[in-house]
Amino acid sequence: MADVATLPEPLAEVAPPRGRQGASAWAAWLARRIGLAVLTLWLVSILVFVATTALGDPVRAILGKDYNANKARVAQLTDQLNLNESLITRYFHWLGGLFTGDLGTSIANQRPVSELIGGNVANTLVLVLLSAVVMIPVAFGIAMISANYRGRRPDTVIQTVLLALAGLPEFVTGILLVALFSTTVFHWLPAVTLVPPGGHPWGAPKSMILPIATLVLAVAPYVSRIVRSTLLEVLDSDYVELARLKGIPETVVMRKHALLNAIVPGIQVIALQLAWLAGGVVIVETVFNYPGIGFQLVDSVRNHDIPMVQALSMIMAGIYVGVNLVADLLSILLTPRARTAISG
Amino acid sequence: MSTTTPATPSTLRRAFRQKRLVAGLVISVLVILFALLGPLLAPHGENEVVGPPFTGKGLLGTDYLGQDVLSRLMYGGTEILLIAVLSTILGVVFGTLIGVVAAYSGGWWDEVIMRLNDVTLAFPQILLALLVLTSVDQPKAWIVVLIIGVSHAPRVARLARGVALGIVSRDFVYAAEALGEKRSRVIVAEVLPNMNAPLLAESGLRLTYSIGLVGALGFLGFTTNPGGANWGVMIRENQLALSTQTWAVLAPVLIIGLFTVGTNLMADGIAQLNQRGGD
Repeated sequence: MADVATLPEPLAEVAPPRGRQGASAWAAWLARRIGLAVLTLWLVSILVFVATTALGDPVRAILGKDYNANKARVAQLTDQLNLNESLITRYFHWLGGLFTGDLGTSIANQRPVSELIGGNVANTLVLVLLSAVVMIPVAFGIAMISANYRGRRPDTVIQTVLLALAGLPEFVTGILLVALFSTTVFHWLPAVTLVPPGGHPWGAPKSMILPIATLVLAVAPYVSRIVRSTLLEVLDSDYVELARLKGIPETVVMRKHALLNAIVPGIQVIALQLAWLAGGVVIVETVFNYPGIGFQLVDSVRNHDIPMVQALSMIMAGIYVGVNLVADLLSILLTPRARTAISG
Repeated sequence: MSTTTPATPSTLRRAFRQKRLVAGLVISVLVILFALLGPLLAPHGENEVVGPPFTGKGLLGTDYLGQDVLSRLMYGGTEILLIAVLSTILGVVFGTLIGVVAAYSGGWWDEVIMRLNDVTLAFPQILLALLVLTSVDQPKAWIVVLIIGVSHAPRVARLARGVALGIVSRDFVYAAEALGEKRSRVIVAEVLPNMNAPLLAESGLRLTYSIGLVGALGFLGFTTNPGGANWGVMIRENQLALSTQTWAVLAPVLIIGLFTVGTNLMADGIAQLNQRGGD
C-alpha cells in the first residue's frame, strides 16, 4: 500500500499535527492549504500585471502605426491606463479593483470587462467539465486494457499510440478532426460553433462534439499512461498476489483490488490536466470559434486589450488553483493513511 | 530498481536497438532536413504568385493569395525550427541552473525558489507567451525565443531539482567539498555531468513542446515575419478553405504533427534507455 501513490506530493506535505484532534486538525490543515492558494494567486497577480504592462509599451502596441500621428489618442490612452503613475501605484489600484469586482474597462469596445466576460466563463466551464466527464472513463478504460495485456502486443501498440497523441499540439488534433468529420472525408459534424446572440453552445449539442473530442485526445493520453503504470505497480503488490492465491477471478482482482487503489494517483493527474485545460482551451476554442474565455483571450491579446487579458488570465489562474485545492482534499479523503495522519 | 550490471553493451548499440528512439530519430531528422534544405529546393519563391487562389495547380495547389503551397511549405519550417531549438536550449540551461542551485543550496532558499516556480506552473505555457505578447506591437524572433525559453524553465527546474537532490548527497560530492572546491565548481564538475541522461530526455520533451508552441503562436496569428512562410501561420491563412483546398491547411498541419510525434518518440526512447538500461 505504501508504494501505490506515484504522485505523492499532497500526501507528502501532510505533517501530522501534534496535540490536535479531529475537527480542529482538519480546520488547521484546510486553513494552511487555503492560505497557500491565496499566496499563489497573489504572486500570480504580480506576474500577470508585470507581464502585460511593464515589459512592452502598451500604448504603442494598441495604436500600432498611429502612434506617431495621433498624439491626442496617445494622451487619452495613457490616461485611461493610468500610465503616468508608477508601476506600484497602478498595480495596487488594479488589485483593489479585482477585490471589489471592478475589472476595468475594455479598450477595444469601451464596455466594462465583467459585462463582456460573464457568459463566456460558463461556456468554458461547461466545455471543460464535459470533456472531463468523457475523458475519465476513456482514460481508465484504456489503462485497464493496456495493463491487462502488459508487455504484449496490444499493450505496446496502445502505449505507442498514446505517446504519439501526447506529443501532438491541440490545433493539429483539432484540425485533423475537422477535416475528417466535417469538411473533407465525412460531413457529419459542424466545423465551427455557431451560437445565436444571447444563446449558449449547449443549445447546439452537435457543435460541441468536436471541441470535446479534441480536448479528450489532448488530455487522455497523460492520464491513461499514469493510471496504467499505477495499475501495474498495484498488480505486482503482495495483497493482489494474496487475492489471486485465494482464487478470486482476475476480473474481480482488477476491478476491486487494483482499480480502487489506482484512483488516488488518478485524481492527481486528472486535477493537473483539468487545471491545465482551463488555459489549454485557448487553442481549442480558437480552432472551433467556441465562445469561451480562451477564444476571448486570444482575441483580446490580438487587440492588445490589456484590462481584458488581465481579468481573463486571473480567472484561468483562479480555476487552476481551485481545482488543485479540491484535488488535494479529495485525495486526502480517499487515502486512509493520510486521513488518519491529519485527524489523529 | 537500478540494475547496473557491468557488462552491458555500449550505450550507442543499445540506443540502436530501441525501436521508439530509432523511429523518432529518423522522423525528426527527415523533417529537420526538409525544413533546412527546403528553401534551396523549392520550385517557386516564398511570395511568388503562381496562379489564382485556392486551385489545384501544382502538387499541393495554391493558397489564399495564389502562392504555391508546396513552396511555402518548404520555406515555412526554418523559422519554426530555429525558434524551437533556441528556446529549448535556453529553457533547459536556465531551468537546470535554477533546479541545481535550489537542490544544492537547500533550506529556505530552495523553498523560495520552488514556491516561485509553482506560481509560474499555474499557467499553461501558451498563456504565459500570450500575456507578454499583449503589449508587444510586432513580436521579434528573440522575444519569442525568450518567452518560450523562460516558460520552459520552471518545468525543467522541477525535474533538475529532483535529479540533483539524489546526487548532492552522494559521497563524491562530499569528497569534493571536503577538498575545498568552490561551490560553483562542485556544481559544474561533479553534479551536472551526472545529470546528462535525464536532462537529455527532458530536452527532447521540451523540444516537442517548443515546436507545438511556436506552431500554436503562428496559428493564433502571432508571427515574427508577416507575409513570410511559416507552418503555423499557413494553417491560419488558409483555414477557411479547408473544404475546398484541403492541402493548403492539411500539409502544414501534418508536418507539424509528424515533427512533434518524432521528437516525442525520441524523448521517450532516451528516457527508457536511461531507465531500464536497454530494451
